[in-house]
Amino acid sequence: MNATPALDTPSQLLSPEALKEMYWLMLLARRTDERAWVLHRQGKIAFHISGMGHEAVQVGAACAIHRGVDYVHPYYRDLALVLALGVTPRDFMFSLFGKRGELSSGARQMPSHWSARKYNLVSSSSVVATQVPQAAGLAFAIKYKRDHGLIQADDFSQPRCAITCLGEGSTSQGEWHEGMNWAGVHDLPLICIVQNNNYAISVPFEKQMNIRSVADRANAYGVHGITVNGSDVLAMYDAMKAAVHRAYRGEGATLIEAKCHRLTPHSSDDDDRTYRSREELEEAKRFDPIMSFAQVLLGRGVMSTAEQQEFEAKAMEIVNTAHREAESAPYPDEHTIYDHIYAPINHESGR
Amino acid sequence: MADKVLPMREALRNALREEMIRDERVYVMGQEVGAWDGTHKVTRGFLEEFGARRVRDTPISEMVIAGAAVGSAMAGLRPVAEIMTINFAFVGMDAIINHMAKVRYMFNGQFKVPMVLRCATGWGNQATATHSHTPEPIFAHFPGLYVGMPSNARDAKGMLKAAIRDDNPVLFSEVIALYPKPGPVPEDPDFVLPIGKGDIKRPGKDVTIVSFGRGVEWSLDAAAALEKEGVDCEVVDVRWLRPLDTALIFESFKKTNRCVVVEESLPYYSFGSEIAAQIQEHMFDYMDAPVKRVSAMDVPLPYARDIELMALPNVQKVIAAVKEVI
Repeated sequence: MNATPALDTPSQLLSPEALKEMYWLMLLARRTDERAWVLHRQGKIAFHISGMGHEAVQVGAACAIHRGVDYVHPYYRDLALVLALGVTPRDFMFSLFGKRGELSSGARQMPSHWSARKYNLVSSSSVVATQVPQAAGLAFAIKYKRDHGLIQADDFSQPRCAITCLGEGSTSQGEWHEGMNWAGVHDLPLICIVQNNNYAISVPFEKQMNIRSVADRANAYGVHGITVNGSDVLAMYDAMKAAVHRAYRGEGATLIEAKCHRLTPHSSDDDDRTYRSREELEEAKRFDPIMSFAQVLLGRGVMSTAEQQEFEAKAMEIVNTAHREAESAPYPDEHTIYDHIYAPINHESGR
Repeated sequence: MADKVLPMREALRNALREEMIRDERVYVMGQEVGAWDGTHKVTRGFLEEFGARRVRDTPISEMVIAGAAVGSAMAGLRPVAEIMTINFAFVGMDAIINHMAKVRYMFNGQFKVPMVLRCATGWGNQATATHSHTPEPIFAHFPGLYVGMPSNARDAKGMLKAAIRDDNPVLFSEVIALYPKPGPVPEDPDFVLPIGKGDIKRPGKDVTIVSFGRGVEWSLDAAAALEKEGVDCEVVDVRWLRPLDTALIFESFKKTNRCVVVEESLPYYSFGSEIAAQIQEHMFDYMDAPVKRVSAMDVPLPYARDIELMALPNVQKVIAAVKEVI
């Protein structure tokens, strides 16, 4: 993960295998996500919140960082992002069903609130935008450690930037502004990805802010801001790669506004027919990032139709197995309910 | 005028609608209150009936929802602001605690803040730790605020109307699980239940069960079960955590000499703690048993269905507590 020479479109350097992996991750996220909706409608799980339509943003971003090492502080739509880091559909199914051994929290957290220390993946709240000051804090720790010689700038085993994601709706929260401002003041290696799908649950963009682009706000914080087509995984990768280089070189924070489409209601708890026309949704589906990336790869001869079908079959098999295992797994042991509220007793401090 | 059987959601809607018709200064704002009819459908049809001037969809911005409500109330309006769930009120805490509650006092009474902050509340349905609070006792801690939480449709209507008409700031909590529960509701547009008045939901002579909100339902179910075993429970619904109807609680306690407190909130520094303290301070000579508290367990609420249910209060826990004091 060394810094590559400046290039406007580093995606041109991606190997066929790397491109196919990107497609695979997007597809796997979509099929996993679709299964979650089915399980909810069957009454088997309590809740689902979807990332369908956001896969290109997330996979483009994940593939541009040092995966599993750089900090990622995600939000609830980031299924494709966390699958790219190493979380599996089985892990996700265990969280949907709230079963024993669940990866993120031992089944204490809601599904889609991912965390895994082994991937430097940080747990988030159901209250939106709270991750932004925390991610700025992660970035601050990176800078602090570098400045004090606690880690070397070229030590690639250490996180060198912090990524956080949120929807454009969450940028109306004070915490977003406060976190971004602080990242700007200290030139922190923070990359904030605003996945702008045009809706804060039911409230459309024009009722959320009186500007055309969230990225316009970057100037106010003294951070670099750009807007990218979030339905194009390679455009997202290129934008992200530039942001990562800035962070790695100590050049400060970046705000990426990735414009995309939410292909589902906000969550399993709402019906978007009451606030969004079907015509608008049909139009959004034309920009489905997975279908359009498949066309790119097929067109370039990077992926064959047979390979595409193999990916489909493999994704279904993985999702089916994960679903089966999670559904039949036991619930957490009731005796664990008090575990981890506090650290164990520390005899030195007398507690 | 007669009563009509309505779910609590519709009782609240009628209360709000009647007050908006009655007083042009009353308006609603919050996330999803307009185009989506309110997250919990309390404001269904309001955008059409009252227009976007009085039914304002806001960004996801609790500090603005609460803070701008304070400002507009100081300037003479009577906002009914909605926080989608009370968990998100924590994001607007400075506006609520430092301003909504204290403006009148800090200005020596020169400004009033006649606003209502409606919050959906309650644990359950696997919404987990950052999404499942019932934290009303925290708000009731602060002088300057009134805090109410109805346990049924009728009370919901009368209490909300009182809150809107009052010149004090009111945090009004509505238990999500109770929204669909039907009950008889007066159609009289001037049906108002006074702030700070509790209600005996079931008379009895052996044990006083003090509760509010969803805990009232558990208490009544427990009382029905215990009646078959010859135990006669009196269920006191305080309705308001602040002002607290201590007179009603004491009157009941003088009769029963035993008390169980039932709440959905957490046990430390809680409603139960306050009631127990009030009783031992003022009713010591009448006490025949320690006050017993039933609450959620002292944990952040977990997701997995088995341990979530274990952490919550229920009818069986109330029955067990009553049996410990008799």
